[in-house]
Amino acid sequence: MSSLSRDEVANLARLARIQMSEEELVSLASEFTVILEAVARVQEVASADVVPTSHPLPLRNVFRPDVTTPSLTPEEALSGAPASEEQRFRVPQILGEEA
Amino acid sequence: MASALAKGEITSVALTQLHLNRIASVDRDVHAFLHIDTEGALAQASAVDAKRAKGEKLSPLAGIPLALKDVLAQKGVPTTCGSKILEGWRPPYDSTVVANLKKNDIVILGKTNMDEFAMGSSTENSAYGPTHNPWDLSRIPGGSGGGSAASLAAFEAPLAIGTDTGGSIRQPAAVTGTVGVKPTYGGVSRYGLVAFSSSLDQAGPCARTVLDTALLHEAIAGHDPRDATSINAPVPQVVAAAKSGDVKGMKIGVVKELNGDGYQPGVRARFEESLELLAKAGAEIVEVSCPNFEYALAAYYLIAPSECSSNLARFDAMRYGLRVGDINGASAEEVMNLTREVGFGREVKRRIILGTYALSSGYYDAYYGSAQKVRTLITQDFTTAFAKADVLVSPTCPTTAFKIGEKSNDPLAMYLNDIATIPVNMAGIGGMSLPSGIADEDGLPVGFQIMSPVMKDERMYLVGAALEAALLSKWGAPILSKVPALGGLA
Amino acid sequence: MSLTYEDVIAKYEPVLGLEVHVELNTNSKMFCGCSTIFGAEPNTQTCPVCLALPGALPVVNEKAIESTIKIGLALNCSIAPFSRFARKNYFYPDMPKNFQISQYDEPICVNGYVDVEIETDEGPKKFRVEVERVHMEEDTGKSLHVGGATGRIHGAEYSLLDYNRAGIPLVEIVTKIVPGTGKYAPEVAKAYVAELRDILRSLGVSDVKMEQGSLRCDANVSLRLIGAEKLGTRSETKNVNSLRSVERAVRGEMIRHAELLNKGERVVQETRHFQEESGLTRSGRSKEQAEDYRYFPEPDLVPVEPDAKWIEELRAQLPERPSVHRKRLQEEWSVPDKEMAAMINADLLDTVEATVILGSDPTKARSWWLGEISRIANEQNISVKELAITPTDVAEIVALVAKGELTDKLARQVVEGVIAGEGKPAAVISARGIKVVNDDSALMAAIEKACAEQPETAEKVRNGHLPAAGALIGAIMKETKGQADAARVRELLLSFLGQA
Repeated sequence: MSSLSRDEVANLARLARIQMSEEELVSLASEFTVILEAVARVQEVASADVVPTSHPLPLRNVFRPDVTTPSLTPEEALSGAPASEEQRFRVPQILGEEA
Repeated sequence: MASALAKGEITSVALTQLHLNRIASVDRDVHAFLHIDTEGALAQASAVDAKRAKGEKLSPLAGIPLALKDVLAQKGVPTTCGSKILEGWRPPYDSTVVANLKKNDIVILGKTNMDEFAMGSSTENSAYGPTHNPWDLSRIPGGSGGGSAASLAAFEAPLAIGTDTGGSIRQPAAVTGTVGVKPTYGGVSRYGLVAFSSSLDQAGPCARTVLDTALLHEAIAGHDPRDATSINAPVPQVVAAAKSGDVKGMKIGVVKELNGDGYQPGVRARFEESLELLAKAGAEIVEVSCPNFEYALAAYYLIAPSECSSNLARFDAMRYGLRVGDINGASAEEVMNLTREVGFGREVKRRIILGTYALSSGYYDAYYGSAQKVRTLITQDFTTAFAKADVLVSPTCPTTAFKIGEKSNDPLAMYLNDIATIPVNMAGIGGMSLPSGIADEDGLPVGFQIMSPVMKDERMYLVGAALEAALLSKWGAPILSKVPALGGLA
Repeated sequence: MSLTYEDVIAKYEPVLGLEVHVELNTNSKMFCGCSTIFGAEPNTQTCPVCLALPGALPVVNEKAIESTIKIGLALNCSIAPFSRFARKNYFYPDMPKNFQISQYDEPICVNGYVDVEIETDEGPKKFRVEVERVHMEEDTGKSLHVGGATGRIHGAEYSLLDYNRAGIPLVEIVTKIVPGTGKYAPEVAKAYVAELRDILRSLGVSDVKMEQGSLRCDANVSLRLIGAEKLGTRSETKNVNSLRSVERAVRGEMIRHAELLNKGERVVQETRHFQEESGLTRSGRSKEQAEDYRYFPEPDLVPVEPDAKWIEELRAQLPERPSVHRKRLQEEWSVPDKEMAAMINADLLDTVEATVILGSDPTKARSWWLGEISRIANEQNISVKELAITPTDVAEIVALVAKGELTDKLARQVVEGVIAGEGKPAAVISARGIKVVNDDSALMAAIEKACAEQPETAEKVRNGHLPAAGALIGAIMKETKGQADAARVRELLLSFLGQA
């Protein structure tokens, strides 16, 4: 039976970096029961011998030559920044480990 | 308008001002626009007039005003994608579509309203309030590109650009009595088109007639080295096809699974009539079957959310857009979580979570993986069908414009609006919607969908032009002559 | 009480896994045309694509594909006829899209190997390190952590992001697990990274400077009881910035794992950071709560299908393999194995080769670089390559000695002077007034003076006690301020004293 528990939704919200309220988690969980049942239909025809499509068109080998092109000016690059300092984007303290 | 401009009967500035006045007069009711670039538009118009005065050779659409869906980047002009998370963001670059519009000296009036990040079929998911259908202001104009379609139907602009991922150009066109085309995937560059579902998104032309749409199509289409998925081949000859409208000998395939069974009676009726008209114009109507289409909706609602869950990850309050909660030593993670909670609307969050689930380890094969297989099957169905017919047709959507608020609490019911349009995006082929008449039961417009094979877009315009001409003959006036007068004069 | 390495290998055998990231030296970034030049002002080499502005799209750098294929060929890999990019989804501020375009189950190169040779108790031994895959991805931006005590991420108040580096092409080379190294695991790991570095350098695809980050190594280590089949839990060690650190990190981890296992404790599967100063590792991110990366094929890019013709063209461009190159040099220079190994271990083979290319005799070149110059470097506690002296300088000095314009002793003074920063050899020679006293008459004068001042010693030599000549020669060298050719002095002295 395809469904998601409130906890599973909470885990997904964590993966997606969205802080959801309890109400949202619970209501999404119940919505998903309906939605998942509907979308699970795809399994009916997705047999092993069908090759999945990830690109609608059979394009291959699209490259660009290794030449430099003009970059944005730092002002343009930082123009949308919520905060900046010393020509860098300023972000709050990062808790996670350096990747 | 183009000939008037060319003949010097009117200047682009005057034409633009006329439209700006119209917008000022009716948009409080219609709410098609999120941003009106008065200064910018008049400056563009004035520049075109100067060029014309100097006798420079200009493109056919030079000086004509246009409404741009707010999902395309226009340098220096607010681009919100209908979302709070991008409120006030001004891109430092132009999308290729905008660059092409500028190259053709088309005047961009402003940015139009849309369902947030193109997710929706009614424009009710816009964070800035819905757009109202000019045919009946209490009804939706379709979505996600409701603003662009409404601006055409309200005569606020003669041309518009929309984007279509599952029907977001075609369905609004259908419910507003306008023309909208989703070109073959890869026909128009996606560089600068804020991504919703990368393998399905496509920008396309919208207008009130098939010919205008074709002219706009040729202005924006073409290969772009900045978009690795754009097709490197000449743009299909859509203008010539739109001018010809000769369908003698063409095979028009009615897709059995999309023939209108269970659709609103008025929608069915107009569809059958259109088929008769096309037959009278010399086409042969055949029936084809695409049995895997019944899985298209399910597959779409796995693929699109999956891709969007990844595409929308960049909205994290670090480099641009909304930032919320950056106080009292909050961490970057906390700021991200809160900003995305506050900045994204309900439907967007729903799809992000669904997409995250569909891609997660252990579920990938059952959901995303299976959906991609359905895609293959749908493409095969089209290939088989196109062996029997030159184009395929269906009603664009099952109903006419519904009331604002009517379906917004039932996501699945909302999703069903796209049932006839989605297969087109899944296979990457071309799709057009043009008005096929008014439904007797509610006096609202009905759309007719034409589908053409990959890179054979001209066929849609051929058939579209033929139908349009036949309908014009039948009614004696274009369908939009019946749209209620709003505010000031049309 | 902590274990010794011997204790560890008596009971356990290690299994290695090595992941190496290489920054390619292309002109432009992996997916956009921004410049890749190191050290530019922050955020001056960014664009909508590498900043991940809404609407931006990636396009693949052709040269990056070429370089990756060349790397694969040089590592004996098969080049996949069909390969694809995939999105690796996770959130981190230095990664603008919050996904990295990488490759997942369809990498461009697979199934290769690198043969390395190390010194064992039983003599030189070859190991084949199998390469699982080589794939392409993109680098992240750089963060500066502000407000903390150490400038590191812990305790920082906020961070400043520079995205110049974001999008620079990275190639990841992953080995299959490497069992069977026994107590030589640290040496094998080091030799593998060194060989890899030499191969990459010879291909010209990267600067491969570990200290600058263009070559990064993560070492995975696990232990199992000798003879056991099941693999132990592994830890991943990052921040390994030099060849020596690779060796130390592996050895350190082996000991740490053994200590835990001996106590009956569990090894935690986690990422650890290597600490240069102590040679130990510090716990980092726990991999047990690994993020689900939700890989899926990158829809904005189309697959890569390199045709056979292109691959063969690239294969033809491959340079001589480092191991082949080394064998050839060894033969040409007639160098015994032990001395060859010494040069390689000291990482001076290329330096010596450069000197030989400039005309020096290989033996002389070798003896200068591995002898006097290495001694000075050790004294100063730095590496030879950090000294101010170049192959050109050494070649010049060797030539002067060969011409007789310098003696070995004087040459050493010149070398010291160049290293001390006094300038090029010619400048040092003129500034210090170094010259060989070649004039026999001048030498004779000094010889006669010395014999006159040490008559008993001179008498001893006359009587056939040759070793006594040493004292006289010493005095003569002093007299000539060291500028006489000692050999010539001896010749003349002995002849003078009837012993020639």
